[in-house]
Amino acid sequence: MNIPSYHINNLRELEAESIHIIREVAAEFENPVMLYSIGKDSSVMVRLAEKAFFPGKVPFPLMHIDSKWKFREMTAFRDKYAKEMGWNLIVHYNKKAFEEGVGPYTHGSKVHTDVMKTQALLEGLNKYKFDAAFGGARRDEEKSRAKERIYSFRDKFHQWDPKNQRPELWDIYNAKVQKGESIRVFPISNWTELDIWQYIRLENIPIVPLYYAKMRPVVNVDGNFILVDDDRMPKEMAAKAEMRKVRFRTLGCYPLTGAIESEADTIEKIVEEMMTVTKSERTTRVIDFDQEASMEQKKREGYF
Amino acid sequence: MEIKEFLDQDQKKDLLRLLTAGSVDDGKSTLIGRLLFDSKKLYEDQLSALERDSKREGHAGEEIDYALLLDGLKAEREQGITIDVAYRYFSTAKRKFIIADTPGHEQYTRNMVTGASTANLAIILIDARKGVITQTKRHTFLVSLLGIKHVALAVNKMDLMDYSEAVYDKICDDYKEFITPLGIPDVRFFPMSALKGENVVDLSDKMPWYHGKSMLEYLETIHITSDRNFEDFRFPVQYVIRPGLDYRGFAGKISSGIVKPGDDIMVLPSGKTSRVKEIVTYDGSPDMAFPPQSVTLTLEHEIDVSRGDMMVHPDNLPSISRHFESMLVWMDEKPMDLNTQFLIKHTSNNTKARIDSINHMVNINTLENFDAKTFQLNEIGHVTITTAKPLFFDAYKKNRQTGAFILIDPRTHHTVAVGMIIDKTSAHQSHRITQVELQKVAQGELLIDPVQKEKRFNQKAHTLWITGLHGSGKNELAYTLYRELFQQGATLILLDGKSVRAGLSRELDYSPSDRAEHLRRVAHMCRLLNDQGMLVICSFVSPDNAVREQIAEIIGPDKFHLIYLKANLDFCISNDQYGIYEKADRGEIQHIPGIDMQYDIPQNTQLTLNALEKSHQAETVFQYLEKNNIYPAS
Repeated sequence: MNIPSYHINNLRELEAESIHIIREVAAEFENPVMLYSIGKDSSVMVRLAEKAFFPGKVPFPLMHIDSKWKFREMTAFRDKYAKEMGWNLIVHYNKKAFEEGVGPYTHGSKVHTDVMKTQALLEGLNKYKFDAAFGGARRDEEKSRAKERIYSFRDKFHQWDPKNQRPELWDIYNAKVQKGESIRVFPISNWTELDIWQYIRLENIPIVPLYYAKMRPVVNVDGNFILVDDDRMPKEMAAKAEMRKVRFRTLGCYPLTGAIESEADTIEKIVEEMMTVTKSERTTRVIDFDQEASMEQKKREGYF
Repeated sequence: MEIKEFLDQDQKKDLLRLLTAGSVDDGKSTLIGRLLFDSKKLYEDQLSALERDSKREGHAGEEIDYALLLDGLKAEREQGITIDVAYRYFSTAKRKFIIADTPGHEQYTRNMVTGASTANLAIILIDARKGVITQTKRHTFLVSLLGIKHVALAVNKMDLMDYSEAVYDKICDDYKEFITPLGIPDVRFFPMSALKGENVVDLSDKMPWYHGKSMLEYLETIHITSDRNFEDFRFPVQYVIRPGLDYRGFAGKISSGIVKPGDDIMVLPSGKTSRVKEIVTYDGSPDMAFPPQSVTLTLEHEIDVSRGDMMVHPDNLPSISRHFESMLVWMDEKPMDLNTQFLIKHTSNNTKARIDSINHMVNINTLENFDAKTFQLNEIGHVTITTAKPLFFDAYKKNRQTGAFILIDPRTHHTVAVGMIIDKTSAHQSHRITQVELQKVAQGELLIDPVQKEKRFNQKAHTLWITGLHGSGKNELAYTLYRELFQQGATLILLDGKSVRAGLSRELDYSPSDRAEHLRRVAHMCRLLNDQGMLVICSFVSPDNAVREQIAEIIGPDKFHLIYLKANLDFCISNDQYGIYEKADRGEIQHIPGIDMQYDIPQNTQLTLNALEKSHQAETVFQYLEKNNIYPAS
């Protein structure tokens, strides 16, 4: 037997695993949805879904939970690609809170995240009665995610109980839920941030230009460079803006997402930067600093 | 461009999944922290957060506590132990690694089994001060149970034993003695100090007597591709892709074996065959596919294939059976209830499963067998299982994908148990009935319910009871019915006065009381036979109305069909083949209905047939049976 020819490299192995998971969900759930955040992880996840059902179409919709405070380039990117690729895309936002003017500058990051992200997500899931929702979370992102299952069981209130998770062995996933209960599915659980970048490079996956370094107007807030993305930033804050060559490692609400100074304006440079980088990606997300073990707290409440 | 070349090279790295087992005291988290830290993948800010946490909650004095870095959940931090499987990722220039970090405490067998299920290799930690202890044995047994082929025994804390070669050798010898019967193909030994970093990444100068590799070098170089099964092609169909009317692609992940376009394949369970037309992927059509790739296959013929089916090569079939033996690990807080009909998920197949018997349990501390009536959390045992529909499987030892399954509780939907198939159950085992079933039989319940029997035999298990005077032609009719129905495929039994009186009712005469007793026995026999699914044809004079009613009561009125063969006495006398009437006439015998004893004309018959119209009798009965769905039942 010629063993070397059956060699599979790590990205292809992860890809095969993810495709298997995506197909299992499509086969076993009545009404799945893929949560699309416009970020790099989502972009990889959507590509994996396209691969899973090729030459057919992806048999479930994508849903974007719009906090209404995303970078403008993100929204533009979303609308362009949804149209080009023919995605069945649902955009959902917390209409009531939006009309009341909830935002990070007026209500603080905790209230904003809870209302415009977590609550909006739960509202969207309930509205369409989805029984499975794909998310692009990775286990290497954050401590409490390291123990997350690939099929993460949520009760009727979308809550996650870290003490009461189903055992998950081999690649056999338990898809049984009662009415109202659901599963969050993380098909790229085993990918690292570096894997994501390598794969984007390998597959030529389009990403939001904010990931590439460019001269941008930013304000230094406690060591985080916050982009002046629109005129909702308080004027006294925006007045401190300066031009710096920055890029974003993660994307979210612009007032809550810090940029890093970088020269990486190509995929190769990003990967190179990644390999020598000394900060983990979530440090650029302001929301994690709110309270001790805050991601775990958010997950219990129904956030991803 | 240099960076491009580097990245192209880097992408070719393969992936090693490993499990670490040991308790917090063995320095497991410290070892993992080292691997992550020393392979330059511990990010700076994670470290600074760590320093902050260490001051508040640390257990390691002034030094950095690597364990804090790894223990994720708040609840666990409060208890100071890891209670679930956590996955860690790190990468070197040669390979990428996923570590399943599992706790060592006894009550968490569940988690270790979970982590082991996807691992290629296991690192088992031993505290050099303690040597091979019960916990080491437990971990090793679980690793072998889950089919891990490579074990690295890390004899840790050598610094506390003055890096003594003798201590190390003694531990290795003890371990070898224990591990030999478990049949793990590849076992390596490493003396180390995770805390001081000796022999973890770099070889230690404190232990010049050790000539092997460092732990990391071993992890980077061990060959794992050949651990996969490339022999037996198994392709469980996950999803059918139908982009258009004439296109059918069968999507799945290759469990084992190699497939190429042009290969003959068989689809299970239908047994239909075809040829592979194309291997379809988003990235083109490769000329072969192998595990663990996810692909889509198209076939040359239009045959019915759906999720849960399995494609195989026709000359290499898996076991196809509803019965198998398996090792089972109980994962639920609630003990097993043997009466539960579990949901079973095996490859892409879902069906129901029942535990027929618990053959023995394994004490994971001593590896001794013992008997038990049920499973508690974290218990492991050998069981025989029957499923509602056949599964296509291989022994777990040969095939980790097609030999594994999970059991789901039908009410709570918890994953309550996981299993590793040993083999198809032997014929001897499959015929043995379970304790539960025995109990049911003892309580008077039927083993197999009537509906199932009715389906199998395609008949309702009822009794046709023909009554009439001696010489009315009952036996002739009964034999005709028996032969015709048998030839049509019915499963039936014939009872007549002669055969029953020859044995079962030997001591009884023809007096009214003995006749009643005789018929009571016959009625009970009919009932037993009906319960077993048999159609029964009875031919008895049964002259007494009250006795006939009693018979109907015993058999069950809904299963009792009375057929009256109506004849006048003259006809019967002329038709009497046994000379009964002559004997009665001569006074040799008594109690002959119609002569010296009353024959009650039956009132509530289902059929009344004229004895003179012999040619129509059987036909009338067949029509009756068919009309009432007695035979055939469908």
